[in-house]
Parts: sequence; C-alpha cells; structure tokens
Amino acid sequence: MDPLLLLEQAFNGLQFGIMLFLIAAGLTLVFGIMDMVNLAHGSLVMIGAYLATTLIAWTGSFLGGLALAIPATFAVGALVEVVALRTLYRRNHLDQVLATFGLILFFNEIVRIVWGPVSLYSGLPDYLMGHVEIFPDAPYPVFRLVIIAVGLSVAAALYLIVAHTRLGMLIRAGASNNEMVGALGVNIKSLFTFVFALGAVFAGLAGMMLGPLTSVEPGMGEPLLILAFVVIIIGGIGSIRGAFIAAIVVGLVDTVGRVMLPVLLRAFVDDAAADTAGPALASMLIYILMAGILVVRPQGLFPARTG
Amino acid sequence: MDRRQIWLSLATLALFAVVPPLTVIFDQPFYMDMVARIMVFAIAAVSLDLILGHGGMVSFGHAVYMGIGAYAVGILSYYGIDNGFLQIPLALAASALIGLIFGAMSLRTSGVYFIMITLAFAQMLYFLAISLEEFGGDDGMSSMRSEFAGLIDLNDAMHFYYLVFAVLAGVLFCLHRLVLSRFGMVIRASRTNERRMQAMGFPTYRYKLAAFTIAGTICGLAGALFANLNEFVSPDVMHWTHSGEIMIMVIMGGMGTLIGPVLGATAFLLLEEYLPQWMEMAMTDAGEHWAIIMGPILIAIVLFGRGGIHALLAASLGRNGNNGSKRDD
Repeated sequence: MDPLLLLEQAFNGLQFGIMLFLIAAGLTLVFGIMDMVNLAHGSLVMIGAYLATTLIAWTGSFLGGLALAIPATFAVGALVEVVALRTLYRRNHLDQVLATFGLILFFNEIVRIVWGPVSLYSGLPDYLMGHVEIFPDAPYPVFRLVIIAVGLSVAAALYLIVAHTRLGMLIRAGASNNEMVGALGVNIKSLFTFVFALGAVFAGLAGMMLGPLTSVEPGMGEPLLILAFVVIIIGGIGSIRGAFIAAIVVGLVDTVGRVMLPVLLRAFVDDAAADTAGPALASMLIYILMAGILVVRPQGLFPARTG
Repeated sequence: MDRRQIWLSLATLALFAVVPPLTVIFDQPFYMDMVARIMVFAIAAVSLDLILGHGGMVSFGHAVYMGIGAYAVGILSYYGIDNGFLQIPLALAASALIGLIFGAMSLRTSGVYFIMITLAFAQMLYFLAISLEEFGGDDGMSSMRSEFAGLIDLNDAMHFYYLVFAVLAGVLFCLHRLVLSRFGMVIRASRTNERRMQAMGFPTYRYKLAAFTIAGTICGLAGALFANLNEFVSPDVMHWTHSGEIMIMVIMGGMGTLIGPVLGATAFLLLEEYLPQWMEMAMTDAGEHWAIIMGPILIAIVLFGRGGIHALLAASLGRNGNNGSKRDD
C-alpha cells in the first residue's frame, strides 16, 4: 500500500468527517434543546446548495454568492421553524419523524419545480481550483483543504459561542430545562428559532461546499442525514463535542476503510473473494462501528446530561 | 379490542375477497394487480403495527425485512431454485434472524436512539445490497415467480391474488390472537409503563425482542410476496423512504388496531396512484409534482388525524371507542 495514497485518503476522510460534523451539529443542537427529531435537516443541506449555486451564478462571484447564501439559508431555516416545526416540539418523536418526513417530500418537490429535476453543477473560481503539495510529491486539492479549514473554524466558533457567551449559556440552559429558562424571562421561542436557523446555516454550509465536489440535485441531503444520525448516535445525542469526534471518526473509517479493506482482505482470502467482499464490507463498516460502540455504551461516547 | 373492530376487519377482508370476481366481470385486470400490491403492503404495515402500535417501538427500518424476504426469493431464483416450499421458509428464517440480531442491538436503546438505530441498520443492508454486484447491485435483478409443485400457479393472477389474501387474513388472525394473549398483554403493558412491568418481574427486553423478531419475520413474508409480485428485486425495496411509507400507512390507518394499517395501506397506495391523475386533471403536467400535495397531507394527518381512518370508521359505526389511538413514546 502506497503511504501517500493512504495520506491522501486520510485527508479525504477528514474532509468528509468535517462535512458530517456541520450537518450533525445542527441536528444535535435541535435535539438537545428542543427535544426534536428533524428528518428534514437533510433538506436544509440541499437548500443551502441550491441557494449557493444560484447566487454564485447571479453575483458572478464565488465568495459573493456564499456571502448571500448564508443569510438566505438562515432566513429559510427561521421560516421553516416558525411555520412548520414550532407546533411539533410538544409532540412525541413518532409524530415529529412523520411530519418532517412529509416536509422532505415537500422540499424535494419545491426544488424540482423551481430548479428542475436535472442536477446542477457549480464550478469553482480559479484560486480554489489548484493543488498544493501537503507533503513532497503529494498534491492535494486546495478546495478540500479549504473545506477542512472552514469546518474546523466553525467547530471552534461553535465551541466559543456555547462555552463562553451569554447566548451559549442560554443554549446550555435550554438543553437542561427549557421551561425554567422561559420562566426566568428569556424569550424561549426566539431562542428556539435562532438555534434552529443556526443549525440550518451549518447544514446549508455543508451543502454549499458539497456543491462543487459532487452535483446539486433534489434529495442530495438525505444519505448525509442518515450518516449524521450515525454520527450523533456514536457521539451521544445532544453533545456537540461528541458529534465532532464521532464525525471525524466516521469520516476517516468510511473513507480509509473503502481503500484499505479490499487490500487487507487480500492478505487473508484469495483476490477474487477479497474484491467481492471488500466493497460490501466497507460500505457496512461505519454501521458495524456504531453497533460495536452501542454494545459497550448504549448512550453514545459522550452522552449529554439530558440525553 | 371491541366487537366493532372485529366487524370492521371482517368487512374489509370481505371487500378484498370480492375484488377478483368484480375485475373479471368488468374486465379490468389491472385492479386485481393493484389490490394484490395493496395487500402485500398491508401485511408489512400490520407487522409494523405489532411493534409500533402495540409495543410502542418506533422502528424506522421496517422496509429492510421486506428487502430480506425479497432477496431470499430473488437469490434462490438466481441460482435456479424456484421451489416456493424452499424459498418461503428461507425468506422467513432470514428475516427472523436479521430481526433478532438488529432487535437485540436496537432494543438496548430507547426513544430517539431507537428510531435512528433501526434506520441506520436498514441503511446498512441497503448499501450492502447495492454493493452486491453478483446480484445486480444498484440495478437489482429479475426473479422468477415461486413454484408450488403445481398446487398454486403464481403466474395466474387469480391464484396469486388469493394467496396474498390468505396470507393477509392469516396474519391478521394470528396477530389478533397474539395481541390478546398473555404475551400481547405484556407487550402492550411495556409500552404504557415498562418500568412497572420490570418491577413486576417481567423480562420486558426479551418480550420486546420476541415481538420485534415476529414483526420482522412477517414483514419478510410480505417481501417474499413482493418479489413474486414484481418478478424483480432491487435495493430500492429497502430504501429508507419505504420504511417511512410503511410507518405512514400504520399512522394513517390508526395504530394499535391491526385492521387500521390495512386501511392505511389501501388509502396510501390509492392516493399515490390517483393523486397524480387528479392533479393532472386540475393542471397540465402538475401530476409529476404530486409529492408537493402528499407532503402536506402527511403533515396534516400527523397533526390532526388522531386515530386515523380506523377511528373515523369506528366513530361512524357508533360508539366512539377504540383502545388504540393513545399515543406515547
């Protein structure tokens, strides 16, 4: 096995993990504070990607488009919360799952009507197109490095907000006992809206950065949503730290596993069997990891106190 | 479980029973296939109702057992084994085994963890099916209809219809008996207050695991019928949206009522069939965007449709009583 290839895959895994963290962070915040399961979170990834693609084309500038798409996604998130999700907080999880499932159908169809069923491709500006040598003879795409940097800054910013600001204090208090926070005179409704819209921005950001890597299409967020579920199950629902660590682990295990497993299997079984079993096993790897962790710790690695 | 519910079940089954003669009289064979399809999904929905409605276990990966049943038939058929007496037991055994394994791990958790874990396990097998190039991978594979030593000819639409009908009626009867039994009582009581059941000395984990396995097995049977219905098997059966749809059928019909999910499956699949046509009538080319209406309908059912179709029918039959509309996590 070529160590440089392995290194490259490790970076890809890190970048994928960061992407998953952006999605999982919103999910886990919304669950931790509002006790709400939101399946439509994947739709926000999609909406972010579509808004960014359109706004980049409209402004003619990559950064300009993103600068407009982020507040736009925030607004969409706030609107969704106020119109649809607010009534669901007091319902049980089953109702939340079904109603947000309905929302997914609705959003996918809206996107199909507005942008058409065909995949969109958003390009990258020249300054993000190139490669840099992270190690001698190991070129790596600049854009993927940018994703890693953006994700790490978001994680750091989120940590600072939650741990060191008044808003973060309210978020943590809301996660422990949101009725008490309301009784103390905090406008709990607008806090919920803000937190939800914040989660929407993170998800949208993931979608915006995913756009240039893959294609932008209806339903693009849903496979990622389920992976984000795996991440927050492993990390412990409601825990941002857990989501971060689990996201990186899942990203690395999935990406590196797909490359390494067939090679490793060849050492034990003959090549043909390894080529068949390798990809099959690799696609199940993170779920096996999840099952293994649950056997040891049913509440995830870093269970939040309110679990 | 009141008398009304039994009458409703019998009336529904009687309606299903007279569909084939009617389609022959009016020369509309299409409807026989459509109702057979409805009944296959009804079996899956009824099996989910056992754990969702009666057991309070929100399994969001139920379509995976349909997939296992379907693949058991498809894989045997791929190797030239079309004998239904081998295929069906294998489909049952495979889905029971997977149900036992997934259940054993998922039931260690509860609440929202349980929802997400059942979803994740289903997704795991979905991706496994996609990566099995030998069996068609993403595209799936065609599968011959099962042979039953000349006793039943599944290529005959009428035979096929009444086989599915018999399975549905049998499943409804068995689950009805099961829910009323001591076992069913423990399952229902665990939904209401698991801690108290444990305090009374019931190993609720084992009871729930048994129910989960039974539900998976029955759904596997639905999957085996589904493979026969389509003469085709693909990973799409296990797609998570299908798990969601089966769940919606249960809620739409009224959970915890067994016959409710049958009505729910009927309503859902009819809506899926005719909503695009109605929209097409209202506006040209609107039909392809039927999901934009379907989504809000689902939300409205969740928000306002307490007890589902079953509650509506039971109310119109007289006393507004049913024991299944209580919802809790």
